[in-house]
Amino acid sequence: MASSGLELLWVSLPQLGKGAAQTLSISLLSIAFSTLGGVLYGVLRTLDHKWLNAVLRLYLELFRAIPVLVWLYLLFFGFPIFFGISIPSFTCAVLVLSLWGASEVGEVVRGALHSLPRGQREAGLSIGLSDPQLYGYVLLPQALKRMTPPTINVYTRIIKTSSLAVLIGVVDVIKVGQQIIERTYESVLIYGALFLFFFFICYPLSAASRVLERRWTQA
Amino acid sequence: MSALIEFQGFNKFFGEQQVLKDIDLKVAQGEVVVILGPSGCGKSTLLRCLNGLEKAHGGHLRFAGRELLDKATDWRQVRQDIGMVFQSYHLFPHMSVLDNILLGPLKVQKRDRREARAQAEALLERVGLLDKRDAFPRQLSGGQQQRIAIVRSLCMNPQVMLFDEVTAALDPEMVKEVLQVIQGLARDGMTLLIVTHEMAFARAVADRIVFMDAGRILEQHPPETFFTNPRTARAQQFLEKFSFVEALPKKAPTKELELL
Repeated sequence: MASSGLELLWVSLPQLGKGAAQTLSISLLSIAFSTLGGVLYGVLRTLDHKWLNAVLRLYLELFRAIPVLVWLYLLFFGFPIFFGISIPSFTCAVLVLSLWGASEVGEVVRGALHSLPRGQREAGLSIGLSDPQLYGYVLLPQALKRMTPPTINVYTRIIKTSSLAVLIGVVDVIKVGQQIIERTYESVLIYGALFLFFFFICYPLSAASRVLERRWTQA
Repeated sequence: MSALIEFQGFNKFFGEQQVLKDIDLKVAQGEVVVILGPSGCGKSTLLRCLNGLEKAHGGHLRFAGRELLDKATDWRQVRQDIGMVFQSYHLFPHMSVLDNILLGPLKVQKRDRREARAQAEALLERVGLLDKRDAFPRQLSGGQQQRIAIVRSLCMNPQVMLFDEVTAALDPEMVKEVLQVIQGLARDGMTLLIVTHEMAFARAVADRIVFMDAGRILEQHPPETFFTNPRTARAQQFLEKFSFVEALPKKAPTKELELL
């Protein structure tokens, strides 16, 4: 039994690998876009521009209040119906996860920038720095320490949430697992493997976040 | 003589509250003006308006003949000409002393690195901190950090320096080293606007004392006139509070001492 189980895993490995590649590329792309979008969002929120702030708040609340799954359905099934635009499931997953992730990372960045002493901004302005220079040289480098640990936690949530992409037809590692189970009924074995897959990707990230947090709060 | 800085009928509000009322103040090139007054009288706000950190709501503010309250004012340019030093120094904690000083000259003024660095080192030498050029702010005392902050402003080659209670956050034994630096600038003929609670220093360094209360300028006099013969009752009260400590009688020897 044990050997046949391992054999099955061995045989399924290429197939599972393809699924894993899908999961990882959705996650990595979403993480990259979330980071870029989140930094932009966080910086824009601290500019205290009335209208811009209102728009960004609306965006944040929409992604906080509405589950990611609903966003996925809305884009994947809704867009073709309402606008006649159909978006491939992979693109759809990356798009939704990125927008959601950017709102999460963005709030972290905003908080980190906000927690810096006000004097840092004023000292930067008083030597004639422009806004981009002020953020690039003075504010963001200081906020980096405060925002890195919580941002890594957002990353792990993006990786885990990417599993929802199954529901709009992305053949990710979970879908591949389900297909193998349908053929072989080895659900314990396959789900065990999936468990390990996600654990070994997300655990090092949250461990790193904890270590960084401890090291940087001591300094 | 035309003034380098000129406030005229200048007003500023925080919400409903008017914090600067009808300010008229002229500062000539090379003049050292010390602004005194009780906390919350608007003296710091006045400095911050001159640097564009606070926006004004009426009147005129001219610098070197230009109206600063124009919408078209390039505050980045003005800030290079008008340096400002803050109460809590606000050095950039993630940069070395030299990087703190060179950020403005290199990134804002796009100066040659070698030339700017030579000036930074000369200024550091002048304030006695050349050996700290590679240190980080957290490794320095308050007095040292404040002297670096002054050098950071000076290295932009401003025409005017604003000092906003720069010794208020310092331990008493570090006040002197910072005041000496400011005194040196005054002697060199730099235009200075200083907000302070150090009365003896004000008296020693000022060409003119400006006394403010509740958002208005009540008196403008040479220091000797102001300190020996303040005209307004408010200024007299204010000075009495500061002379209170000096005027205290010495404590009489106690019985225990006699027993010894």
